[in-house]
Amino acid sequence: MPPHDSGELLIRASSVGVHRGGRWIIHDVNLEIRPGEVVTVVGPNGAGKSTLLKTLLGLYRPDAGDVVRAPGLQIGYVPPTDPVQFDLPLTVRRLMTLTSSCSADIIANALGEVGASHLSGSQVNELSHGEFQRVMLARALSRNPDLLVMDEPLRGIDFSSEAEMYQLISEVVEHRGCAALMTSHDLHYVMSRTDQVVCLNGTIRCMGAPEDTVDHPEFHQLFGTRAEAYRHVRHQCQGESLDT
Amino acid sequence: MLDDFFFRALLATLAVAAVAGPTGCVILWQRKAYFGDTMAHSALLGVVLGIILGLNPEAGVFGVAFLVAAAVVVLQRVSRLPGDTILGVLAHSTLAIGLVAMALTDNYRQYELTAYLFGDVLAVGREDLALIGLGGLFGLLVLAVIWRPLVAATLHEGLAAAEGAKPLRNQLLYMALVAAVVAVGMQVVGALLVVALMIVPAAAARTLAHTPEQMALIAVLVATLSGVLGLYGSLWFDTPTGPTIVTVAAFLFLGCLAFDGGTQRLGRSRGVRRDVVRAPEDDA
Repeated sequence: MPPHDSGELLIRASSVGVHRGGRWIIHDVNLEIRPGEVVTVVGPNGAGKSTLLKTLLGLYRPDAGDVVRAPGLQIGYVPPTDPVQFDLPLTVRRLMTLTSSCSADIIANALGEVGASHLSGSQVNELSHGEFQRVMLARALSRNPDLLVMDEPLRGIDFSSEAEMYQLISEVVEHRGCAALMTSHDLHYVMSRTDQVVCLNGTIRCMGAPEDTVDHPEFHQLFGTRAEAYRHVRHQCQGESLDT
Repeated sequence: MLDDFFFRALLATLAVAAVAGPTGCVILWQRKAYFGDTMAHSALLGVVLGIILGLNPEAGVFGVAFLVAAAVVVLQRVSRLPGDTILGVLAHSTLAIGLVAMALTDNYRQYELTAYLFGDVLAVGREDLALIGLGGLFGLLVLAVIWRPLVAATLHEGLAAAEGAKPLRNQLLYMALVAAVVAVGMQVVGALLVVALMIVPAAAARTLAHTPEQMALIAVLVATLSGVLGLYGSLWFDTPTGPTIVTVAAFLFLGCLAFDGGTQRLGRSRGVRRDVVRAPEDDA
């Protein structure tokens, strides 16, 4: 059984480095994820966010340090993909059973949870980006994960739907009580439920609770009170110079 | 009945069609049409090597085709050449080397070049049939085991791997399966057309299917129908069987395409449905 005691770790990365194409994409990364914890990794393009996620998932073997995953850890992964990349006939219903079979009830529940019940018969490569991300989230949830890993969950989603999507992820994580790890290339927005913000640029520049890193909550107005989005300001990172 | 050469040919064709259908679907999804072609081009080299090594020609074809597939995968990782360049180089060099090797062997005359190029399913003997039948069953078994993770990895390799699939192992098994279809299918339609046996039925199925499994099933049906109609057609019109089978498949593909186009015009198209489905989000 996967660990749910708060003391145990789901994933621990110690001094992890990944060397590709003659350079260190990430290096000296130490990160721990506990059950129920929400971690958001932010950083500019090319900061190594995806690489970090893939290393934590076990898709990349670290060239330095090591990654330990709790035995039996159930992961729900939402990869950074476009719906149009898919060249095969695939209904949303079938997408739900992509890597493992599950009951019709579980599928219906998961799709309902993300408000995508009406899409179950649609072809995946004809969904909009927003619909697709919802469906991929539902697919990950249907596996009843201990850890939800989302790489750029707002990818391709227009500005007006961003807050909605964050709100949805926030609700789902709260409701399920699972841990979540996500990336965002947008330094400004970090969801309110985040326990830890990790500023990454090659290595971890700073990390901490969002409260500590919030500047002015003027974004509350932009997104409405329910979708509390925090402004994760650069001030902690500025001294570290994100451009290096 | 097994004494009847036509009946044996029919059974052999059906066995190949059953495996070629779903295998071809994955070729289309992974955009590996030229990959299959390259394997088929290496078939002659396989025939020669098989005979030189005292194996049967099919074993040689299977071995060489699989090695070529592995070489493509390795070259794609270590060289900077684009994939289609590697395929083009390998396809034609292996074909040329095969022809040269054939000419260099002592009893050059023993090779029936046209039989390898165009197939000779009517010459399938009882032993061949047993091998094809068992191979077909084994192929379907392998497919059944790797199907879900293979489809998952076709969609997104990282996703499949993150959730416990073993993409590399499954891909290797799948390539072995393509090599086997090339080796066996060569007897039915020949090296020149064997890839068509995988791709054309799958392409026909793509126009009608809504799920990967539907597509695999329809592809098997189209391949089977092509095999049966092609065999009888070749008897009726006195044409070579391999090309006749592929010709039937091509017409079935056109039929499916026309059918799909027709239903789209009737307003049942996926495009129209999509707009209806999307409407609620536009309001949000």
